[in-house]
Amino acid sequence: MSDETKPGLKSPLRRKLLMGMAALPAVSMLGRPAFADVPATSAVNTTGLAVTDSEVTVGILHSVTGTMAISETGSVEAEKLAIEQINAAGGVLGRKIKFIQEDGASDWPTFAEKAKKLLVNDKCAAVMGCWTSASRKAVLPVFEQYNGMLYYPTFYEGLEQSKNVIYTGQEATQQIIAGLDWVNKTKGAKSFYLLGSDYIWPRTSNKIARKHIEGHLQGCKVVGEEYFPLGSTQFNSVINKIKLTKPDVIYAIIVGGSNVAFYKQLKAAGIDLSKQTLLTISVTEDEIDGIGGENIAGAYACMKYFQSLDNANNKAFVPAFKKMWGEKTVIGDVTQAAYLGPWLWKLTVEKAGSFDIDKIAAASPGVEFKGAPEGYVRIHENHHLWSKTRVGRAKADGQYELIYETADLVEPDPFPKGYQ
Amino acid sequence: MIINSRFFNRSELLGFLALAVLLLLILPLSLDIFRLNLVAKYLTYAFVGIGLVLCWGYGGILSLGQGVFFGLGGYCMAMYLKLEASSVANTKIQSTPGIPDFMDWNQLTQIPLFWKPFHSFPVTVLAILLVPAFFALIIGAAMFKRRVGGVYFAIITQAIAAILTILIVGQQGYTGGINGITDLRTLHGWDIRTDHAKFILYFVEVVLLFGCIVAAQFIRLTKLGRILVAMREQEDRVRFSGYSVANFKIFAFCAAAVFAAIGGAMFTLEVGFMSPSFVGIVPSIEMVIYTAVGGRMSIFGAVWGALLVNFAKTSLSESFPQLWLFGLGALFIAVVLAFPNGLSGIWADRVQPRIDRLLASRKSKSAPGLVADGAPAE
Repeated sequence: MSDETKPGLKSPLRRKLLMGMAALPAVSMLGRPAFADVPATSAVNTTGLAVTDSEVTVGILHSVTGTMAISETGSVEAEKLAIEQINAAGGVLGRKIKFIQEDGASDWPTFAEKAKKLLVNDKCAAVMGCWTSASRKAVLPVFEQYNGMLYYPTFYEGLEQSKNVIYTGQEATQQIIAGLDWVNKTKGAKSFYLLGSDYIWPRTSNKIARKHIEGHLQGCKVVGEEYFPLGSTQFNSVINKIKLTKPDVIYAIIVGGSNVAFYKQLKAAGIDLSKQTLLTISVTEDEIDGIGGENIAGAYACMKYFQSLDNANNKAFVPAFKKMWGEKTVIGDVTQAAYLGPWLWKLTVEKAGSFDIDKIAAASPGVEFKGAPEGYVRIHENHHLWSKTRVGRAKADGQYELIYETADLVEPDPFPKGYQ
Repeated sequence: MIINSRFFNRSELLGFLALAVLLLLILPLSLDIFRLNLVAKYLTYAFVGIGLVLCWGYGGILSLGQGVFFGLGGYCMAMYLKLEASSVANTKIQSTPGIPDFMDWNQLTQIPLFWKPFHSFPVTVLAILLVPAFFALIIGAAMFKRRVGGVYFAIITQAIAAILTILIVGQQGYTGGINGITDLRTLHGWDIRTDHAKFILYFVEVVLLFGCIVAAQFIRLTKLGRILVAMREQEDRVRFSGYSVANFKIFAFCAAAVFAAIGGAMFTLEVGFMSPSFVGIVPSIEMVIYTAVGGRMSIFGAVWGALLVNFAKTSLSESFPQLWLFGLGALFIAVVLAFPNGLSGIWADRVQPRIDRLLASRKSKSAPGLVADGAPAE
């Protein structure tokens, strides 16, 4: 890593070389070819990260085995695509990105162990990774202790902010409030039935939803709230309650494989989603793949990205993704957010002019990425992203059709006042 | 029946010394702190393994719920550490400062009653030992007094592991839910996250491990250990001889629970958090696998099993992120099919005789090997 710094001071020849290298940026200003514009490693890496004159190492830390593999694979694919594209465009500060991939195995302590390995052993300049809140909670102390940088792609519950994490997915208020306002305004919805899988994200999200429904929407009320263990497949009793209470909106935050059972049982119970409004924040195109488009057609989802988005960035991104990973792959919200990670890191490093973690952390606020498939995004002072919120309607072919998007970027607010 | 006059026979002494040299000298000198911390993590499962050797290998009681006791020990320790980490100064950002962060997220405004004792370190240490023992006592009394055994007992312990997981996940305001209890910082004011602390904790753990090995060896060599073996082979005959079979079983089960709990508490200290993913069915079965691979008749085998299987897990998953589970599965199947007594069986059958011959021992008939002492053949 510090190849030329240590012996360089002893050897006069190397010292000359070093001075020559330091002068390179100045030379390049005189109209030299662009490849000479590579700042010296000793200048851009003062903390001993895995950065050489030609390469920089980053880590990819997701589950490729275990129950979460089905969700996290898309993120791994998106990150690899972004890294390949960045390398093709000349890399970061003239250095090609090399990645080391580790398997979190859907097991939180394994995530912590591998995170430590990536930071301590491999000296990764950044890590793209984690998916569930539990895995992020497990690695967070590791990143803070060893001063690493994590790009975390999943929409999540908020209540967290760290110098060592950039949250490229939406936090709860971004995803929830705009969706509730929309359903209240356009559908005239007054009564809501809240459902969720039993863990921190659905519970916190429903808490925010309830506060917003009861406190900010005129005359609206929550008629029921229920939780199911992760992996649960029995929804008949709650479906009966829904039939009895007849809510205007079913607000569903059910995750993973449970979705398959839930939507099939809804359909079997005769609840027609073209008449009954159902709003979910947890079903992306990836999940529809498992549920089956015909079982969920008509449901509304509120998130920031749909594969069907009609903009120039997305029209380049989707074919590139399919070319690399196969025609049949689908791209969900989190996959797109994972794609942002390497790009935001590259832009931040170039803004800071350094790979040092502290400088990246300080330079992150204000970094803009105009090439994001979801459209323009910008990093907020709290290390979350300003992004638009969108509502889509599921079609039988497994895609969402864009129904509504916020006019402006929504500000991320991980510690929302009045919603806690 | 030959009762050893010495506490360790020659081969056991050799095994003890080999392990001591490896754990106290070779590994600390050759590994960096990150790898050493991983070894420390592996060794926490060795505690469970030693307990399983006693209760499964010797007593014939297969428990598929050791994760419950591992978890109880780990959670007791985690609760103490979390309370210490949740000082008012550390939690200013919360709506109720001074309580653990997950309680705040779940609208709790004060620390629940059952958390209160964990403000005190001595009470925590007692709880780590007594809570799992008491829990095992209840389960044991309910099962063994009614003569529930064998497969039925294994299934019930497995069910208990599942129930406890659901309970912890469901009561997330009180337990941290599926995330577990994370972000633990200090033990009695001593920062456990530094490299120096990890180094010291490693040695504390190794010393505790040797303490447990000696304790297990002691239990094995007393009359109690003999009765356990007899019970496994011919339960009725022991009962007709006037022994209360149930009480002996309860004891073995409780002892295994306490060993597992010590492992769990050390795990929390080494890894820095505790979550329900160590309590459920899968980790419980994994713990049985470590013991089976190491050899369920051998206390040292259990330690080696935990070390080697976990080492294989780490190195395979680093080299082949997508395929490692298959490799590991193949390893288990191979070991169980080819060597039913595990690694210690291989040692006792293949390696030990050669060493004996090499040493040209004249008293070879008194060297029964690692396994023979409690092996079914005896």
